[in-house]
Amino acid sequence: MVRQAASTLLFEGSEWNFAMLSRAYDAIEEIAVGEMGLDVYPNQIEIVSSEQMLDAYSSIGMPLMYQHWSFGKRFVFENHLYRKGNRGLAYELVINSDPCITYLMEENTMPMQALVIAHAAFGHNHFFKNNYLFRQWTDAGAILGYMDFAKKYVAKCEERHGLRAVEEILDSAHALMDQGVFHYRRPPRLSPAKVTERARERLEYEEQTYSDLWRTLPTTDGSTGIEEAEREVLERKKALNLPEENLLYFLEKHSLILEPWQREILRIVRVIAQYFYPQGQTKVMNEGCATFVHYTIINRLFDQGRMSEGAMLELLASHANVVFQPGFSDPRYSGINPYALGFAMMQDIERICTKPTAEDKDWFPDFAGNGDGIGTLIEAWENHRDESFILQYLNPALIRKFRLFNLTDRATDRFCEVASIHDERGYSAVRAALARIYDPGANRPDIEVVDVNLLGDRQLRLRHMVKNGRLLEEVNRDATLAHVRRLWGYGVSLEGVDASTGAVLYACPSGEAAA
Amino acid sequence: MPNFIDRRLNPKDRSLGNRQRFLKRVHDELKRSIRDQVKSDKIADVDAAHGVPVPKRGADEPGFRHSIGSGERDHVLPGNETFSAGDRLKKPEAGGGGGGGRSAGRGEGDDDFVFVLSRDEVLDLFFEDLELPDMVKLNLKETVTYKPHRVGFTTAGTPSNINVGRTMRNSFGRRIALRRPRSKEFDDVVAAIAELEDEEQLSQPQRRRLLQLREELEALERRRKRIAYVDPVDVRFNRFERQPVPNACAVMFCLMDVSASMGEREKDLAKRFFVLLHLFLKRRYERIDIVFIRHTDEAREVDEDTFFFSKQSGGTVVSTALEEMQRVIADRYPPHIWNIYAAQASDGDNASGDSERCAELLRDELMKRCQYYAYVEIIDERESEIFGSTDNGTSLWRAYRTVDGAVPNFQMARIARPADIYPVFHKLFARHKVVQLRR
Repeated sequence: MVRQAASTLLFEGSEWNFAMLSRAYDAIEEIAVGEMGLDVYPNQIEIVSSEQMLDAYSSIGMPLMYQHWSFGKRFVFENHLYRKGNRGLAYELVINSDPCITYLMEENTMPMQALVIAHAAFGHNHFFKNNYLFRQWTDAGAILGYMDFAKKYVAKCEERHGLRAVEEILDSAHALMDQGVFHYRRPPRLSPAKVTERARERLEYEEQTYSDLWRTLPTTDGSTGIEEAEREVLERKKALNLPEENLLYFLEKHSLILEPWQREILRIVRVIAQYFYPQGQTKVMNEGCATFVHYTIINRLFDQGRMSEGAMLELLASHANVVFQPGFSDPRYSGINPYALGFAMMQDIERICTKPTAEDKDWFPDFAGNGDGIGTLIEAWENHRDESFILQYLNPALIRKFRLFNLTDRATDRFCEVASIHDERGYSAVRAALARIYDPGANRPDIEVVDVNLLGDRQLRLRHMVKNGRLLEEVNRDATLAHVRRLWGYGVSLEGVDASTGAVLYACPSGEAAA
Repeated sequence: MPNFIDRRLNPKDRSLGNRQRFLKRVHDELKRSIRDQVKSDKIADVDAAHGVPVPKRGADEPGFRHSIGSGERDHVLPGNETFSAGDRLKKPEAGGGGGGGRSAGRGEGDDDFVFVLSRDEVLDLFFEDLELPDMVKLNLKETVTYKPHRVGFTTAGTPSNINVGRTMRNSFGRRIALRRPRSKEFDDVVAAIAELEDEEQLSQPQRRRLLQLREELEALERRRKRIAYVDPVDVRFNRFERQPVPNACAVMFCLMDVSASMGEREKDLAKRFFVLLHLFLKRRYERIDIVFIRHTDEAREVDEDTFFFSKQSGGTVVSTALEEMQRVIADRYPPHIWNIYAAQASDGDNASGDSERCAELLRDELMKRCQYYAYVEIIDERESEIFGSTDNGTSLWRAYRTVDGAVPNFQMARIARPADIYPVFHKLFARHKVVQLRR
């Protein structure tokens, strides 16, 4: 007891050292795991300098990355902003891996380090480990090993085939990165052994069932020609598993001109794109979860008397900055702050569970007043992505608090129309509109490989399903098509089809710009 | 217990490879924009870090993206104060894109940013494949400064150069080899004698022993005298050899005609030429002096401002400037200490008969002292079409042509436009080729 009275504080002042970090970590873990019931990967906490943080920024947050000029460009850009003082660096960066790697900036004060450990090493970490998207799409245990392989492999290719050849392939692959993701099904995983096994089985089957008699059957002639052609196309498509939304995957498997190492590089880019796919869909939830966790933990630490008032004030100030949401007309406005929205929603869910209003009971009969805030949150974190989370949990009180309104913008009109606002009639509409904004399916251009005749002209046909009349930027589109052509080796055509009417809106024939 | 790792000590330049790849990728564009910046008026700042816009071409990363200007989209914005459902808001005029609509493109539209090339990177781009003719060779030939360097030992030298360690080592070895009595042996015998002498009464064996010891002591003393503690054969001196040191000082003479025929345009062109030469020398030498000599029908050494900006009227006698230069060299810049470079700019006008004298001065006097002499003639744009690079032209040009053929480190060229400077400069300092051809 005496000893406790002497030093209940975990740290004093702003200087930190590893002993303090370790003590703070243990105290935070006690609350996060013991009291909140979070479930996390083992943590690996790394202290980095600002330059190393910029490094990590520019290689899209990966601790290991192959070399490419675009990362150099990003570094130059981030460095420029940072040096001019336009942008501070993040206090931390966390990687979805097992063990979960968290970078802490050396400049952080000790209270900030504690906040950041709570935020990243427990908040994000819990989310990574438990959210269904991450569990389904990413393999946290293997990513570091894979990146190590990728880095070495690309370096080896550069050595063997020259910087230029590798750069060309990477350029093309990067251009298609957004189209290199399986959105709806888990990527097929066949080991090479399985593939050969399958081929062998098929061959055996054909041998067993071979009958010379079939060859003597008369072939159908002209009268049924059209039908035949259609059937052929169908069969062809089936054989190639068309339509295929993952262009990089299709090119990797079926391109006629790529060498094995080039296919492997496409695969590396594709795997990385796939790895980041869940992160793009869970920004609000991920940040909300981490912010909620750090907020809860620092308050608890303060209540336990383990943190001084000074430290608490510093953290609250920083927290307030993080969750600040300026209005649309504010010069500081740059979109909806995912920290603000996520944190506010999660705090409100907790409130609804413990102190529901009549409105809450109306809107959320299934959990309002159930008394188990953290349990409800843990379930939400596990089973939702941003779109479904907002659709399900955004409550009218918050819509009012943020004063959200929905603006419809048609390119053909000279005005925008306010479709709905934060009132009784508008709640559902605003909520649905906001959820749609976070739906990647609705916002990314939907481009598929629809057909290719490998035995004929080998032209690769792409189709863009145009939703709501939203076309592609033409310059970018043509440049990207040039990259597809480079990877495919033969003609590539793209046509834009209106998703609702089926009308062809534009077409880029294959001959065009065969650069 | 988590795993804490301190990464701060890791090697720093992890992204260097990426930066180099990036610079290489946009190399041509960067070179062009550096060249443009140098051409433009900020030429005095060449020798510094430069902000360059990252060129769009070569550094863009295309992808299938929705264009902002088509179709229908929904925005949800916070902070509504006055709107109610059904309100219509006028869009800002095309290109304005203010307010909320922009946020969608964050991270994508960031392509046109300015980034900083370090001074070295700038100069490398600027000076790429540029070199003074046979620069290195000339340097080595011309060096007359020597600095002594230690090279091993010698048996002869001045006392101040004695290497004590080496000398004592030799002496020690010799003493051991020749068995020079050590002082301990000596002391032992002396002590033994003293002990015996102290005895009141000496027994027979003791007396014999004393005699023996005295003889022994005598022998030791003799031996010690014969074998010196430090013998002249032990002595070693540090050996120094004079090694040539490359000369690290350069002086640059800027010679310019400031008579009325040289207008603003001509002076501007000349200035750029001088700056470029200066920059180049600055890269090679630790210390550079610049001497400005302007002339009409008489020449004077002036400061930089006067050189470029003050006006003077009079005729044109080019040789006065060369004489002035000769005087300054004799006065302050002895050629065995200084690397002398000269750049002369003129419109080619000269008093009749003087051009030959100039050529003579150059051939017989100045070129023997100069590392390099460059002459540019600033001509009218219309003239440039007529003359090209022929031998025809002003009397000065024709006279200098004779020098050009005779001396390898003399270069001359005509410039007419700001845009010409760089190519001329490039030609003047092109690697070996030109010079070798002329030999």
